[in-house]
Amino acid sequence: MNPWLAWLAEPFSYPFMLRGLAAALTVGVVCPVLGAYVVLRGMAFFGDALAHIILPGVVAAFLLGWPLVSGALIVGVVAALAVGAISRRSKIKEDTAIGVVFAGCFALGIAMLSSRRGYAVDLSHILFGNLLGVSQQDVLLIAGLGLLALLAVLAFYKEFLVLSFDPLLAVTLRLPVQRLQNLMLILLAVVIVVSIQAVGVALVLAMLITPAAAASLLTRRLPIMMLVGAAIGALSAVIGLYFSYYTNLASGPAIVLTATAAFVLAFLFSRQRRTRA
Amino acid sequence: MPHSTVRPPDHDPHAPSLSVDGLSVRFNGAEALRAVTFRLPAGQRLAVVGPNGAGKTTLFNVLAGAQRPQDGTARIFGHPPGGDTCVAYVPQRSQVDWAFPASAAEVVMMGRIREIGPLRWPGRRDWQVVGAALDQVGLADVSRRPIGELSGGQQQRVFLAQALAQEAELILLDEPFTGLDFPSQEALFVVLDRLRAAGVTELVATHDLNLAAERFDSVMLLNRRLVAFGAPADVLTREHLVQAYGGHVHILPEGGLLVLTDTCCEGDEGEG
Repeated sequence: MNPWLAWLAEPFSYPFMLRGLAAALTVGVVCPVLGAYVVLRGMAFFGDALAHIILPGVVAAFLLGWPLVSGALIVGVVAALAVGAISRRSKIKEDTAIGVVFAGCFALGIAMLSSRRGYAVDLSHILFGNLLGVSQQDVLLIAGLGLLALLAVLAFYKEFLVLSFDPLLAVTLRLPVQRLQNLMLILLAVVIVVSIQAVGVALVLAMLITPAAAASLLTRRLPIMMLVGAAIGALSAVIGLYFSYYTNLASGPAIVLTATAAFVLAFLFSRQRRTRA
Repeated sequence: MPHSTVRPPDHDPHAPSLSVDGLSVRFNGAEALRAVTFRLPAGQRLAVVGPNGAGKTTLFNVLAGAQRPQDGTARIFGHPPGGDTCVAYVPQRSQVDWAFPASAAEVVMMGRIREIGPLRWPGRRDWQVVGAALDQVGLADVSRRPIGELSGGQQQRVFLAQALAQEAELILLDEPFTGLDFPSQEALFVVLDRLRAAGVTELVATHDLNLAAERFDSVMLLNRRLVAFGAPADVLTREHLVQAYGGHVHILPEGGLLVLTDTCCEGDEGEG
């Protein structure tokens, strides 16, 4: 066999690498599509907070031996709606309210985990992902939920577009603003949950915003921004996995670093294009 | 205008386009509007004039259905705000994210998404309506451009085209002339004239008293309460202006010239 092809094929002769690739590709494609709205609406802090808030759910599922996704999904959806409600009704400023809930939940999750032996390894898997440890069942769950999120974005594309661009127009058009808003928060929770096994709680934000932000520098049309973001996310997943395999780096950070490099390239390219124009 | 939109049963095209009675809005106890009452027949252009914080934006928000009044009622063609999609709101230019990745045509299409209905994509007829709306406001040749690349006047007209695509019968424009040069202002008036001729009612918040006096059918002078309402010549009197603007009006001794020191500042209108 051609040595280059052999080099490319070698990592994926291991089934755990193949499962990791499937999970990483799903995350790489799904995150930037929803991430486009996160970037456009300036919800990055909210997204990061949601990822940390989910921690107790992940830990509970882990301790009970359930699929991690199940516990995270329940806590994630509840937290997304609760934080949305708090920031609407409270007199406290939105980012403060989110910050309080975020730090409290994160501490709770770590406290739950700290009672266990081997706590450091478990914690690092939850914080930074354990892509190479995903089971067949996990892959199916991740793919199923990812597909569901993509279909939802497709189904409510024009409503989410109006909600992101001009909330007052959504009101004058008599759209169910509150329900759409909640749907978007739930989808955000789903996508974060799907990503946690791949890149971990601490780095989910990167998959959500970095490829989408890179794409936003390259195009001024939303559908193209979503497609380019998904392409950057998928490429980051593949390149990051090779990187991780051949340099022995942790896979989650390797994928995130690749996406970050893509963002830097997009940034330099867009600057150069602007100065030439 | 074509009316394919299903109107609610109490949408009465013969009722006044606007009928507001005793409207009061308070934010955390602070009064933004006090007992505002007026009636506006369809097809009129009304200038809403008043100092910063006079409640212009609040009034528009109530009419758009985004703000509930504590007291009083507003009726639009006989039904309360929120009963129909016949009201369009053209936001202040400073309130819009012009870096948003959308073309002029896509922004106009947003006005039609209720008409298209949930779980469906715009069809050929919807794009025809969008094209016709852009054509009416003179933007057919820039329909595919990102909105951030358009001039200030073109950006205002994109939102008017959106209101057309929405088949709006009452259009609320918040400070549309701010920052526009004279030709852009005139181009905007051409479109507003055409809309009015088609029977659309236009409410325009503005700081420009000259425009209010010369280019509008009627003027509302607002400073939390309704100071005066009626024909421009009857409303824009020295007495009324002093009532509305208080210490911001200075009367020069020679010729009794009025000078207003209250100038519009973008985004300064955020009441509570």
